[in-house]
Amino acid sequence: MRLINHRPARPGAVLLAAVPFVVLIVAYSIASDMRLAANPQDKLLPALSTISDTAQRLFTVPDKRSKEILLWKDTVASLARLMGGVGISAALSLTFGLAIGLLPYARSALSSFVAVVSMVPALALLPILFIVFGLGELSKVVLIVVGITPFMTRDLAQKVMDIPKEQIVKAQTLGASSWVITARVALPQILPRLIANMRLSLGSAWLFLIAAEAVASNVGLGYRIFLVRRYLAMDVILTYVIWITLLAYVIDWLLKTVSRRAFPWMEAGL
Amino acid sequence: MSFVSVRNVWQRYGDRSILERVSVSVEKGEFISIVGASGCGKSTFLRMLLAEERPYKGEIRIEGGETAVEPNRERGVVFQKYSVFPHMTVQENLIAAEGFRTTFGRLHGAARKEAAQRADQMLERIGLSHVAQHYPASLSGGMQQRLAIGQAMAAKPRILLLDEPFGALDPGTRLQMHDFLMELRDETQMTVFMVTHDLEEAFKLGDRVLVFDKPRWDPQDPNLIGATITYDFDVRHGGIPHQDILDQFPSLAMG
Repeated sequence: MRLINHRPARPGAVLLAAVPFVVLIVAYSIASDMRLAANPQDKLLPALSTISDTAQRLFTVPDKRSKEILLWKDTVASLARLMGGVGISAALSLTFGLAIGLLPYARSALSSFVAVVSMVPALALLPILFIVFGLGELSKVVLIVVGITPFMTRDLAQKVMDIPKEQIVKAQTLGASSWVITARVALPQILPRLIANMRLSLGSAWLFLIAAEAVASNVGLGYRIFLVRRYLAMDVILTYVIWITLLAYVIDWLLKTVSRRAFPWMEAGL
Repeated sequence: MSFVSVRNVWQRYGDRSILERVSVSVEKGEFISIVGASGCGKSTFLRMLLAEERPYKGEIRIEGGETAVEPNRERGVVFQKYSVFPHMTVQENLIAAEGFRTTFGRLHGAARKEAAQRADQMLERIGLSHVAQHYPASLSGGMQQRLAIGQAMAAKPRILLLDEPFGALDPGTRLQMHDFLMELRDETQMTVFMVTHDLEEAFKLGDRVLVFDKPRWDPQDPNLIGATITYDFDVRHGGIPHQDILDQFPSLAMG
């Protein structure tokens, strides 16, 4: 039988999915053990037990001076920036995507502009954003918005244009105005795509967020990682990395679930 | 004054002539089949009736009105596919036929209830009551087309335009759809224009069959001369016209 026709059975599939994770953990422990055997003071690859002790401390023990648990404070600050940036981007891209997709005048005026702007490397603008918007929250949110909005706008505009012309004509013969066609025909059909876009953009959004926090901030997950880097506190960094990964994964899963629940018609044909 | 009058209509894209000198008068309640080879301009003609395209010159009037500049509620349309809204249930699609003309595209309260009742009556008529709450994607091709026809009729247009409505259906379903369409038409006496590839279908359903073709060919420039209506068959009474002329003009029998 051909390789492409071999399929794992159910329990085997779950096991297979676990293999890469196990391999990664085992490989890390072996490497860590080897380094610690050579030098018990080694900080580069802390033992798994050290990481879990550190994690416990970071999640539960308040800071001595501020009496706050820094990890939660960082998490709240970073998530607020992330959600703000992604939320504003979603609203902007939806508005412009619909306009470009439906209105020939908006398309003529904006589509090349958006295509060019989406090529601007957003991180290169970071210094300018810091100068213009200051070192506070605004510049970090703006970086995320500048980084992901053009790409989302382009994709949504394309999706609007992919709506069969027949539907748009049909709506007109039912007496629908441009506004009704936008709100009742185009918008509901691209909302699932908007959520898919948000899921795709979250990766870049995290990247921009951590970069901005690393450069100038006084709270945030990215800020903390780059702060403790000076002390070579790999156990703290690894805890934060795992925590960010977990957060990103949960947000992605939430968006996927929302999309499946909210748009049952998407799966009607399956 | 005829119900739909097409006067000396021309259409061209760039220097390519598609249609020229198309004139036809249609009475209220007539079923017009439109046939012709691929690329003969029959779909272009339908798009102009739909006002999706404007004629290069000439005029298309419904009950003496002005030539329309964009699709409006006077015209109902059913395409080969994509004519219903995939994100609305079957019932919502029919309610939308009445709701889309409002400012926000939605009906509320009593108006919505009445529209829902009429939608349910329509569902009964098109035989889709059992799938009222399903989404179009889960329906068969024939059911989707019945829904599309029902939706177009629910908006109460003056003319109904069908663009190869049964082209994507299997032969058995197509025959069922013929019966369905004939029944619906007998009830409503709607004026219908149907573009089709299927000659048998054209003659079976139509009162008149319009054949689009190029009257002449320019051997140097095939695009120079556009198509026009080359035949206008009266299919009623087995294709023999004036069968009922004595009913219309009894005085003729006297002589």
